[in-house]
Amino acid sequence: MQGQHIVPVKTYVGVFVALILLAALTTALAYVPMGIGNTVAALAIAVAKMALVALFFMHMRYDKGLTRIVIIAGLMWLAIMITLTASDEFTRHWSPIPSNWGPAISMPQKQ
Amino acid sequence: MSETAATNAHPGLLEKQFESLQTQHEARKLGMWIFLATEVMFFGGVLTAYTLYREMYLPGFVQGSHFLEVTWGAVNTGVLILSSLTMALAVRSAQVGARKLVTLGFLGITMLLGAAFLAIKFIFEWRHDYVEHLVPGIDFTYAGPHPAHVQLFFCFYFFLTGLHALHLIIGIGILAVLCLMAWRGRFSPQYYSSLEVAGLYWHFVDIVWIFLFPLLYLIGGR
Repeated sequence: MQGQHIVPVKTYVGVFVALILLAALTTALAYVPMGIGNTVAALAIAVAKMALVALFFMHMRYDKGLTRIVIIAGLMWLAIMITLTASDEFTRHWSPIPSNWGPAISMPQKQ
Repeated sequence: MSETAATNAHPGLLEKQFESLQTQHEARKLGMWIFLATEVMFFGGVLTAYTLYREMYLPGFVQGSHFLEVTWGAVNTGVLILSSLTMALAVRSAQVGARKLVTLGFLGITMLLGAAFLAIKFIFEWRHDYVEHLVPGIDFTYAGPHPAHVQLFFCFYFFLTGLHALHLIIGIGILAVLCLMAWRGRFSPQYYSSLEVAGLYWHFVDIVWIFLFPLLYLIGGR
């Protein structure tokens, strides 16, 4: 078919090796105590692996505009959902609950 | 004129509403990507809930996470990544017009790797959790601190990994149909959109595991 990009086997194998190395790295880093850094490192590596799979295995790198817009829109919706939910949940305890609100609307207890 | 020419050139392959096999291929891919965008929100909803509860009940969730066996999670990550490679090679074999046995071989290996993932999940992980009384709703006994929060972690664990396993089972079913199509010689460099689209789905299921592994087994350190 015209216009279809055929990825060389070498590229696929290279991406596979990179993914395996990143998986080994994320597993090893979990055993290094870094506090919040553990979570950040694990998620950063997961995002990098997702990018490799999407760009090469899923051919996003060779896709045209419309397909790319759909992919990016999908991630944007996810970002909106997580950001708005988190910005609500994580800022609820910033201001005290007015005393005249009564017990019915008290916030869940933090552990 | 061009319509007839195109139809005659690819009997039975080109559907009426498309002007060429290429636009048909692009349209099918776009359809699968839109479906995958809805899947992102499907898993994303559960993962957002997981993030919130983890933040609320962190000690219980860390405790629960430490019951999981990192080795099996890591091995399964490797198995799925390898299956993604063989899936990509199956699509490529049709693109370059390789013999149908090559495509069949790659599809078969991909299915076997998917089945291996499920076997490890069922036999070494879920069964072990059951023996250790860590399955909420069926048999959950835990004497340490924060029992309710550890139980909530395992609810998320079984829901997320169960949902992922279900996707993988569906994926293996799709690959079985593709094997049949490959056996009948349906794929060629001009026509392989079923393979390409199934590949997108398979790689998506791989990406879901790429996130589930660190989120359930690793984050917060071991």
